[in-house]
Amino acid sequence: MAGDRKPLGLFRNLNAKIAALPMIATVLVVFIGCTLWTVVYSFTSSRSLPMLNFVGIDQYTRLFKSSRWMVSVENIAIYGCLSLVFSIVVGFILAVFMDQKIRFENTFRTIFLYPFALSFIVTGLVWQWILNPLGIEKVVRDLGFESFNLPLLTDRSLVIYAIVIAGLWQGTGLVMALMLAGLRNIDEEIWKAARVDGIPTWKTYVFVIIPMMRPVFVTTLVLIATGIVKLYDLVVAMTNGGPGISSEVPAKYVYDFMFAWANLGQGLAASTVMLTTVLIILIPWAMLEFGGRKGRAG
Amino acid sequence: MRYGLIAALSASVAFAGVSLAGAADLEVTHWWTSGGEAAAAKVLAEEFDKLGGDKWVDGAIAGSGSTARPIIVSRILGGNPMGATQLNHGRQAEELVQAGLMTDLTELAEKEGWANFIRPKSLLDSCTFEDKIYCAPVNIHSWEWMWTNPDAFKEAGVEPPKNWEEFVAAAPKLKEKGITPLATGDGWQVNGIFTVLTAALGGKDLYLKVNKDKDGEAARGPEMKKVIQALADARSMADPGYVGRSWNEATNMVMTGKAGGQIMGDWAQGEFSTAGKVAGKDYDCLPGLGDHALLDTGGDAFYFPKNSNPEVTKAQMKLASMLVSKQTQVAFNLAKGSLPVRGDIDMASANACMKKGIEILNNPENIIPSTDQLRAPDTQGQIEGLAAEFFSNPDMSVEDMQERFAEIVESAY
Repeated sequence: MAGDRKPLGLFRNLNAKIAALPMIATVLVVFIGCTLWTVVYSFTSSRSLPMLNFVGIDQYTRLFKSSRWMVSVENIAIYGCLSLVFSIVVGFILAVFMDQKIRFENTFRTIFLYPFALSFIVTGLVWQWILNPLGIEKVVRDLGFESFNLPLLTDRSLVIYAIVIAGLWQGTGLVMALMLAGLRNIDEEIWKAARVDGIPTWKTYVFVIIPMMRPVFVTTLVLIATGIVKLYDLVVAMTNGGPGISSEVPAKYVYDFMFAWANLGQGLAASTVMLTTVLIILIPWAMLEFGGRKGRAG
Repeated sequence: MRYGLIAALSASVAFAGVSLAGAADLEVTHWWTSGGEAAAAKVLAEEFDKLGGDKWVDGAIAGSGSTARPIIVSRILGGNPMGATQLNHGRQAEELVQAGLMTDLTELAEKEGWANFIRPKSLLDSCTFEDKIYCAPVNIHSWEWMWTNPDAFKEAGVEPPKNWEEFVAAAPKLKEKGITPLATGDGWQVNGIFTVLTAALGGKDLYLKVNKDKDGEAARGPEMKKVIQALADARSMADPGYVGRSWNEATNMVMTGKAGGQIMGDWAQGEFSTAGKVAGKDYDCLPGLGDHALLDTGGDAFYFPKNSNPEVTKAQMKLASMLVSKQTQVAFNLAKGSLPVRGDIDMASANACMKKGIEILNNPENIIPSTDQLRAPDTQGQIEGLAAEFFSNPDMSVEDMQERFAEIVESAY
């Protein structure tokens, strides 16, 4: 009997499994295969072409001695934390305001969502024009405020916040749209019940609505997180890493060393570190999220 | 991200491939996009189309060389080569040649006797790999120039400077008048200033020791310290708006008197002449910053990636031959403000600054190899990062910079 069951399991939903084969192959070859390739070659001294001359952890030692890499890591941490927190908080609050049956809701929704239709390159250029010394700063000075200073793009310690602002401007609209969809899915009855019980509105949001919107929050979180890891074009368009190296990010380090500076090994070492960091954050979370649910369901 | 890029590039190339198959349309990629540069590229395109038959398909890539080079290299590596491409001669194409991805021009070069008229000899040497020639040099560009606006100095009540020391001394006066003493952009431009200071203030010996011999001791020495101190001076003379400024915008600041001077290669001259400015009157040039009159002989060369279509290969040969011909050399270099690669042509119509340059080049003692020829791109990248970091951070000390510079020099290959 047990022998019969096994093939049955394998051939169950055969069509679906065959249909999934191309995707499985893609995952195996492109994602897993290329990831392994990347890790292996990060231990070599490859320059512009991949070569298998292993040099141990040399590339990694150099990576962590490089001040540009350390600045990149610090920047992505600042950008990551701020954009995660602010886009969720601001996005949620905007969605709540939108949900108050206001007039011209469509107009506002369009205005807030519009920046998302722009690419990061355009966003970066626009904000560069706004924030560079000939933008807002000059306008305000021409109005008579001679001493007005807005050194967001030219000050080493502030430039990463300028990038955060541009990133938020671009991405918050999408978060708002997702949250709004989540809010609209909440049954009217819940609100009625809360009102009958005399629970204040903010308490209803925090203790009832937000927990009910958990799937929306997870989706949003994943979207924002992937955006953070691959942050590259915004920086290139806005500051190109400047002033000096003050707004460098890891993805740019990888690109520069792989393509511009012809040091494949160094670039791959950097991307391996990026991958490892993501996995360190992702695996415990995934286990909690998916492993835990199985337990609950069981 | 990497695969995404390659996919996008292959897609864009697919269209180019279709047009290539029909006739010998030669797609030529380059990054000559500023006013003076575009005018020079147009000269080449017109000359080539005049030869008849084949057609120049312009593949200009916006942005500086550091934007364009990766695109060019990944196209060649990805198996979608263009007909011809600009690169700087030196080590940028070294590995592509090694991998056998470039067309061999030796036969043509021997027939036309390139070795007899191309000067200095180092230009052809850097095109040569294992006794075979893989590129056609088209011009000589040197970094070691400073462009100044004499009127800006007169307005501030000081004599226009004749060398770097006078320039530094005049800077406070310029600042009082609200004129930025030194116009520059970020990244490679700062790195350029650093390299030029090494040659102009440190002299030929120091330049060769740190860049060619990778001598860590020289890089830690007092001479080098003087150079880095000068870079610190330069740092205090730039305006905060230098972030994200392109080199031709900086040149424009000098042209309009918003800035006193700019350290930039002689391609800046193309901008002055496009704007109708006269050398020696509207602007001044100081080769070697007026200290050590040394010029490097970097510049542009055309490489011809191997191609499966024999029509294209034929057109490639035709273009290569045209690029070094007398007529093209004169017309092209006058437009670009660069120096010609052959000494046997009449450059009487050249301006005062170009003549200064030609005179310096006539003495081989004054020629230094460019850093593109001496350093691997990886080392260039590390030094550029370091120079940019130092330039942006007034708290970074000269000693700190020098030590890290020496470490990079020692680890260079």
